[in-house]
Amino acid sequence: MRDLIIKGHLGIGPKASGEALVATDNFSARYDLDRIKGIFSRPAHKLFKQGYVGKVLVLNIAKGGVATAWMLHEMASRGMAPAALLLNFANPIIAQGAAFGQVPLIDRFDGDITTMIKTGDQVEVNPATGDVIVTQS
Amino acid sequence: MNLNDTEKAMLAGEMGKARQRAIIQQIQVGDFFDAVDFVPVAQAHIMADTESLGESGVCFLENLANEAEVDNQVCIPTITDPRGADFNTYKQINHDPAYVALEKRADQAFRALGVLMTDTCINYQTVIPPVRGEHLAMGDTGVVIYSNSVFGARTNYEGGPSAVAAALTGRTPRYGFHLDENRHGTRLFQVKEQPKDWSQWGALGGFIGREMGSYYEVPVIEGIDVTPSSDDLKHFGAAMASFGSTALFHMVAITPEAPTVEAVFEGTPPAPHVITAEDVDAFFATYAMDDDALDVVVFAAPQLSLYELERLAKLLKGQTIHSDVALLIATNPENKRAAERMGLDDMITGSGAILMEGVCFYQMHARELGEANDWTRLMTNSAKLVNIISGYGYEPVLSDMERCVQSAIAGRIVR
Repeated sequence: MRDLIIKGHLGIGPKASGEALVATDNFSARYDLDRIKGIFSRPAHKLFKQGYVGKVLVLNIAKGGVATAWMLHEMASRGMAPAALLLNFANPIIAQGAAFGQVPLIDRFDGDITTMIKTGDQVEVNPATGDVIVTQS
Repeated sequence: MNLNDTEKAMLAGEMGKARQRAIIQQIQVGDFFDAVDFVPVAQAHIMADTESLGESGVCFLENLANEAEVDNQVCIPTITDPRGADFNTYKQINHDPAYVALEKRADQAFRALGVLMTDTCINYQTVIPPVRGEHLAMGDTGVVIYSNSVFGARTNYEGGPSAVAAALTGRTPRYGFHLDENRHGTRLFQVKEQPKDWSQWGALGGFIGREMGSYYEVPVIEGIDVTPSSDDLKHFGAAMASFGSTALFHMVAITPEAPTVEAVFEGTPPAPHVITAEDVDAFFATYAMDDDALDVVVFAAPQLSLYELERLAKLLKGQTIHSDVALLIATNPENKRAAERMGLDDMITGSGAILMEGVCFYQMHARELGEANDWTRLMTNSAKLVNIISGYGYEPVLSDMERCVQSAIAGRIVR
């Protein structure tokens, strides 16, 4: 077991930690999630049927519509949000939702974040510095 | 971010707590995107259907509405995107009254803030069109891409809480598509087959959107030798934005910032990605089914224009929708009133179709509606809707408006 420090752009939200759930797919709260059950519900998504609550979600880019800005706050209010979001590229909606819901978010890493972290890794996220510390499983 | 005196006063709380919270949130987003300062915006457009808001979002709005009026009023013209329930037709579609009650609370809270309840994602067709160079805070991806691309206005995606913040502060962080350097083309697409109807315009937009790698990619489309209508570009842009998280496209010799291919790229244009008729056919094939079962036909996403309603009215006049199938249509309150005045409403609803106002199908608890009505197989001419709705448990089929209507009448998918 060893720790790996990955550097991203300065993020949004408080420090967080959790187990990583990783895919090379993209992310939209409205298009991809059953937010009541806390699972990915879009059949074409690589994380279909997998639970995301409390996980550090590691995905490629933010896609889709604007609803995610409200939905992160709504999911957090019910304790059904991911612990943090790590993306190669966020879009404004994810950033606005992270600011409103205080859900930790970092993007723009040194490399492809979906290949630097594996599902099951323990991850610490510090948006104030853009640092991600990975304890590899 | 550099702040002027007004912004510093907002941040210090001298203009009330609501504006202080709003600008703190905006500065976090501005810092995230390396914005240097703020830019004043002329309008805000708020996406806040109750499915997205949930109880927590409605409480947020109610708390804001309960603050002193001097603190909580929007300071620029502020309008709304489609809502989560139609107060007139909800019983016809077994919409849960609990959601309707939540929607009424959100509606009242917005009115208390001075928001104009336009409930529309086609404000550029029905409220007021943007002007080239105008900075805006638009809250629907279809509205953003149309405002940026077709009018040459300047807006990022402003999600609901962000558009509320812009409405309270009258400004937004200057990043993304507010800046000249982000409005150049980054990819070139050459179209070989002219789209012939709205579903094909949507499919072409969806195909290009699917190719986009990030919010900052700007596709340039050449080879369109027909002049598209506003509705054509509406379906094209809405699908591209939905599939791609794309906020700006240029169509050579058609949209205002793209007089030529050379003018829209910085430096030499890249080699074009050629889109053939087979590519568009393959896109449709993604949303085809082996059997002809059908539960619901939906015309929405974006809301229908008066001309789309007229086309539907002509197709539905004197017809009867099959008893096993529902046909739903979403438009905004202005077009609904116009359709009533012009007799289109009777032609549509006389067939058994349901004409909803101020809503859009995917923004009104579509999963619960599907469960309440046993709807799984859904047919539409909206490429945007087929992209969204599979995540809600539906099996979407994409076809043109005529086949969708024929199918609703036949009670099965007509190919």
